[in-house]
Amino acid sequence: MNAMRKRLGAALAVLVALGLAAGAAMAAEGGKPPAQTWSFDGLFGTYDRAAAQRGFLVYNTVCAACHSLSLVAYRNLDGIGFKDDAIKAIAAAKEVPDGPNDQGEMFNRPGRPADRFARPFANDNAARAANNGALPPDLSLITKARKGGADYIHALMVGYKEPPTGVQMMEGMQYNAYFPGNQIAMAPPLTEGQVEYADGTKATVAQMAHDVATFLTWAAEPEMEERKRMGVKVLLFLIVLTAMLYALKRQIWTDVH
Amino acid sequence: MSDSASAGGTTADMPVTDDKSRRDFLLISTATVGVVGTALACWPLIHAMNPAADTLALASTEVDLAPVQTGQSITVVWRGKPVFIRRRTADEIKTAEAVPMDKLIDPQPDKARVKKPEWLIMVGVCTHLGCIPLGQKPNDPHGEFGGWFCPCHGSHYDTSGRIRKGPAPKNLEIPPYQFVSDTLIRIG
Amino acid sequence: MAAKSYSNPIVKWIEYRLPIFSFLDHELNEYPTPRNLNYWWNFGSLAGIILVIMIATGIVLAMSYMPHVNYAFESVERIMRDVNYGWLLRYIHSNGGSAFFIVVYIHLFRGMYYGSYKAPRELLWIIGVVILLAMMATAFMGYVLPWGQMSFWAATVITNLFSAVPLVGESIVTWLWGGFSVDNPTLNRFYSLHYLLPFVIFALVFVHLWALHVHKSNNPTGVDIKGPQDTIPFHPYYTIKDTFGLGAFMIVFMFFVFFAPNFFGEPDNYIKANPLVTPAHIVPEWYFLPYYAILRAITFDIWFIPAKLIGVAAMFGSILILLFLPWLDRSKVRSATFRPIYKQVFWVFVVDCIILGWVGANTPDADFHGVKMLWIGQAATFYYFFHIVILIPLISVLETPRALPDSISQAVTPGGKS
Repeated sequence: MNAMRKRLGAALAVLVALGLAAGAAMAAEGGKPPAQTWSFDGLFGTYDRAAAQRGFLVYNTVCAACHSLSLVAYRNLDGIGFKDDAIKAIAAAKEVPDGPNDQGEMFNRPGRPADRFARPFANDNAARAANNGALPPDLSLITKARKGGADYIHALMVGYKEPPTGVQMMEGMQYNAYFPGNQIAMAPPLTEGQVEYADGTKATVAQMAHDVATFLTWAAEPEMEERKRMGVKVLLFLIVLTAMLYALKRQIWTDVH
Repeated sequence: MSDSASAGGTTADMPVTDDKSRRDFLLISTATVGVVGTALACWPLIHAMNPAADTLALASTEVDLAPVQTGQSITVVWRGKPVFIRRRTADEIKTAEAVPMDKLIDPQPDKARVKKPEWLIMVGVCTHLGCIPLGQKPNDPHGEFGGWFCPCHGSHYDTSGRIRKGPAPKNLEIPPYQFVSDTLIRIG
Repeated sequence: MAAKSYSNPIVKWIEYRLPIFSFLDHELNEYPTPRNLNYWWNFGSLAGIILVIMIATGIVLAMSYMPHVNYAFESVERIMRDVNYGWLLRYIHSNGGSAFFIVVYIHLFRGMYYGSYKAPRELLWIIGVVILLAMMATAFMGYVLPWGQMSFWAATVITNLFSAVPLVGESIVTWLWGGFSVDNPTLNRFYSLHYLLPFVIFALVFVHLWALHVHKSNNPTGVDIKGPQDTIPFHPYYTIKDTFGLGAFMIVFMFFVFFAPNFFGEPDNYIKANPLVTPAHIVPEWYFLPYYAILRAITFDIWFIPAKLIGVAAMFGSILILLFLPWLDRSKVRSATFRPIYKQVFWVFVVDCIILGWVGANTPDADFHGVKMLWIGQAATFYYFFHIVILIPLISVLETPRALPDSISQAVTPGGKS
């Protein structure tokens, strides 16, 4: 029994060593985004409401021109602390396709909280046509759909550089240190002071990148706070129950040992 | 049954009761915690079958009343159910208001069923077993009381949507609604 | 079955017509179990409980899932965002798949270490391998349902394996797809089968248990039960031990569900399936990685047989060969504890399987300190089959086992602890 345990340990050590080696081998695909500090890190992390709301402003004024957020509804914005009236106003400022009406025609109407975020383009082909053939991806799940998550989004926003000498850029492409392949069709989206934050925070590129990454992480995992809160309770419960089960097991087995 | 307390080991010369009661206490408390935990774990499975957040969010519908003429009815969908909206004639209103309470199966004055007497707005689902009563179209049967008639089991509703005859126990339900403007209502 | 008399009249009435109470009493309560089972024996019942968890969460998820290429991805996200506790059920279900395989692989390796497949438990072992195959089919089809990029391309790559079959390969693939590529008909039938197969597994588990209860559990000494002094009743001893094990396991399982729910997943599967773009790096779920490595290790034709066919045959063969294990191992001694040489190579085999998994996660041309990943995969694949086909039979004949204890009780009592 003991010998078996020891060998299992050895096998695990091999596994860990292999894992580390694999990590090193994968770094070639594009710069590894530097780790940032996020409010939602850790077992008890929550979304910084102010940062997420600022991030929404950045998304709404900058990203939303090309990127849809089609899985998120306006009513969901209460998850980052927007009040009902604010949500109604945000929704009503957007045109949402509806119909057909009594004449059989499709029409646009102001958005309602129950609507999902309005898309900037009617469909993917329209999006491609307006963007030199490149399709701006939907951002609803972007932090879950990219290695590095929020770190990657932040790095991508601040990662635009002059191409290093010797790198041949393709027509209409930008150099980005963190994009896989380093050539990205999206022009640098953020410029200093591009949005005006209501809370007086200075809208530097790094600040906006941080805020929008926070917002997009929330958009991808709106259940995270509830999940972590429940997780802590569930784990505490299971630890207590398992300890009791262990005591009971010891007691029941006393007459066998 | 070889239950935990008698599974051997407890010999006559030991203080049996003490050991046994300690063991029973641990067994019962652990079992209780375990059963409570299992029961709590079942709740998500059950609650997942309740209406989802997007279903609840769609629970209100706005209706433009401007095109509806006096004596005309329209049907709109609210929460997957038909809502009858009738712009009543003066005659219909008078008839509805004149009915004495003791003639009604589910006594309710007409005034309690409308916000503006001209507009009767109610859920078009028979309170008997959920069929859709007839009477929205001019050539539909309107029942013996000039309102609606449910073809499934013959319930007759009057011009206020109140049950007058037949197996249905209640008047047609009035949904929560409000007039956003004179010609626009929000149901739900 | 010893006839029992029950005092409760309802129990008595039912018992007379359907002896279910004496059956349960016999198989779950007084069922004699070796007194020396260690914690490696927990994983069988654990696997059964995970199956129940998977079926329960799966049935509720199916109530909100839409098996259509236009809605599948969105309906899964609706489950995650709008359905009450949908995220919890979905994360339990997706992580449960990984948990199921971890537990079953440990269960399988435990059987290999302690020789649980040997006479008279050959059929028990074979049913177990069939359960593993059914689990793999279920897991594969379940992974396709969210209709992400990995779902789509896994479905494409795996179904294309059958094109390696001579003559009728292409027809088989078209038949599997119900079209000319992985598309809506494919998604629909995968959904149908993904719902069906767990119940088939449930039935197989029942047969597995039936076979187990005929000759009872093997034990760490591998020595047969000689009499009542070697056993203890299943209840309360193993019910409490299994329940404690379940609690400990749930702590780990729930940690992943609540705090690292996408640890076992791939980011690409959060991108909706796109039949026109293959992700840069497609990998199967971790529990399929060793087989994937074996598949890709065969890059050479043998005689007139194309490499593709050999690769596919090797991959399926790596599991099917386990069916013959009871006859490949000729040693009369079950437990590796008393088999000094087998004990060593068993761990080599475990490490080999882990290496295969690691190779499966990397591209074949990746370079590991100057060694091509492909070569490592080929060496590990060779060892896999060499171990089972050559080493196991050879060692079982050549090795001199250590002296066995006379009985389980003799093995347990003198040392004082088990």
